[in-house]
Amino acid sequence: MPGTRMGEKALTCLLCLSALIIVGILLAVVGYIVYKGLAMINLDFIMQAPKRAGKEGGISSTIVGTLYLTVLSLAIATPLGVGTAIHLEEYAHKESYFAFLVKLTAETLAAIPSIMYGLFGFVFFVIYLKLGWSIWSGSLTLAIMVLPTITRTAQEAILSVPREYRENSLALGASKWQTIRKIVIPAAVPGIVTGIILSLGRAIGETAAVLLTAGTSLGMPLSPADPARSMSVHLYMLAMEGLSMERAFGTAFLIIILVLFINYLANRSMSLLSHSGG
Amino acid sequence: MEKAVKMKSRELNLFYGNFQALYNINMDIEENRVTALIGPSGCGKSSFLRSLNRLNELIEGSRISGEVFLDDSAIYEKGINVVELRKKVGMVFQKPAVFPMSIYENVAYGPRIHGIKRRGELDEIVCRSLQSANLWDEVKDRLHVPARQMSGGQQQRLVIARVLAVQPEVILMDEPASALDPISTARLEELIAILKTRYTIVIVTHNMQQAARVSDYTGFFLDGCLLEFNRTEELFLNPRHNKTEDYITGRFG
Repeated sequence: MPGTRMGEKALTCLLCLSALIIVGILLAVVGYIVYKGLAMINLDFIMQAPKRAGKEGGISSTIVGTLYLTVLSLAIATPLGVGTAIHLEEYAHKESYFAFLVKLTAETLAAIPSIMYGLFGFVFFVIYLKLGWSIWSGSLTLAIMVLPTITRTAQEAILSVPREYRENSLALGASKWQTIRKIVIPAAVPGIVTGIILSLGRAIGETAAVLLTAGTSLGMPLSPADPARSMSVHLYMLAMEGLSMERAFGTAFLIIILVLFINYLANRSMSLLSHSGG
Repeated sequence: MEKAVKMKSRELNLFYGNFQALYNINMDIEENRVTALIGPSGCGKSSFLRSLNRLNELIEGSRISGEVFLDDSAIYEKGINVVELRKKVGMVFQKPAVFPMSIYENVAYGPRIHGIKRRGELDEIVCRSLQSANLWDEVKDRLHVPARQMSGGQQQRLVIARVLAVQPEVILMDEPASALDPISTARLEELIAILKTRYTIVIVTHNMQQAARVSDYTGFFLDGCLLEFNRTEELFLNPRHNKTEDYITGRFG
C-alpha cells in the first residue's frame, strides 16, 4: 500500500511538473517578446511606413498587407470550405468514394508543410497565372492552406447539430435545403466561426508561403494586385538580415497581441457553441 | 357508428437494405379516432408510423412495396409532393426536439416555411396553436424567450403546437410520453383526447395502460407483422391471439 501511494504521489508530481514546464515555456516566450518588444510600441511604429528597408520608421504597410492577405484568403476559403462541409455531411452518401476522396484530400492537405504551398503558389499563381508577387497570389495560396481546417471544423459543427432537428424540420414539410439553411447552418455557426478564427491565426503567422507568393515589397499595398509584405515576413527579414532587432521584436509583439486576441475570440465562440449545443 | 377511413395501408412491406422491417401490413386508420400501435421494441411499429409520412425515406437504403393511402391518394405514387404530404401528416417525436430559437419562432417555423410572412397572420397562428396545445396560458408572457428554458412537458406540448401550426389532418406520435413525468403525461393524454375531435391521431406507445386509456383502436405488432388489430376494449379484454394476450399481460416485451 505505501508503495503504490508513493508511486501515485511521484506520478502526480511528474504530471504537475510537465504542466509547469508548458506554462513556463509559454510565459518565457511571450514574456521575452513583450519585454523586448514593448519598448518599440508607440503610435508612430504602427502608423508610419518603414524606411531604409525597415531599419527605421514603422511597420504600417506590413500591417495593411497582413490584414489584406488574411481577410482575402478567408473570404475565398470560407465559402469553399463550408460548402464542401455541407455537401459532405448533408448530401454525399457517407460511404461514397467521392466523400472518401474529399476527406482524404482534406486530411492530406492539412499535413503538407507550408513551404510546399508556397512553392506551388509561386509556380501556379505567380508564374503560370501571371498574377505576379501579389496579394492575390498570397491570398489564394493561404486560402488553399487553411481550407482543410475550415472544412473539418465546419464538418464537425454540422455533424454536432442533433439529427432530431433535421427530422422535425423535414416532418413539418420543410425541404432539405430549407432545413439546412434555417436549422442546420444557424446551429452550426459558432463551430464554423471557430474554424475561421483558427485559420485566421494560421494565416497571420504564415511566413514561408507568403514570402514566396506575395513578395517582400515594403510599399503600401493599395489593390490586391500589388505585392505586399506581411508582418511575419517582415519579422523574418528584419531578423535574418540583421536590419533592426528592436523592430523585429516590436513586430513580434504586435503579432502575438493579434494571435492572443484571436485565440480569445476562438474560445468565446467555442463556449458559445457548447452552451447552445446543450 | 362507423367513421370514414382517413389513412390505410395495403400489403405494405418495408425493407432497410436486406432487412425486412414490415411484412404485408393492412390497416385502416379511422378519421377523428386515436389509433395506438403497441408491441415490443424492434417490432416495426415505429417503422410503420414513419412510413405514413414517408419519413422512413431519410434512412439510406430503405424501400417499400405495397401502398399507403391518405384519403384516396396513394402517397408513394410518383409525382406526389412530399412537402404537401408532410403538411397534412404531422409528426411528434419521442424526444421533444425544440429548435434553438424562441417559443414564438418555433411555432412560426412551419407556417413561415410554407410561405406565410405577414406578422399579424403569424401572430394569430402562433396564438391559436399554443392554445390548442394547452400551452398558451403558461407561455403567453414569454413568447420570445428561448424555447429550451421550458420544462420537458412544456417542450413536448410546444412541439405539438408547432405541428398544429401547419394545420395537419393527421398527427403521428412516436412514444410522445416516454420522456415525461407522470403529471406531464396525464396532461398530454388529456390533450390527445381533445385533439382527436379535430384530428386523426396515430400513437406509438410502450405503455399498455396509456394505449388502453387514450385510444379507440389498437394494433399489436410483432416481428414486423400486424398480429392483431381491433377496437381497443376488444383487443385488451378478448385478445384473439395468444401472443397478444402474453404481451398485454406482461409475459414478455
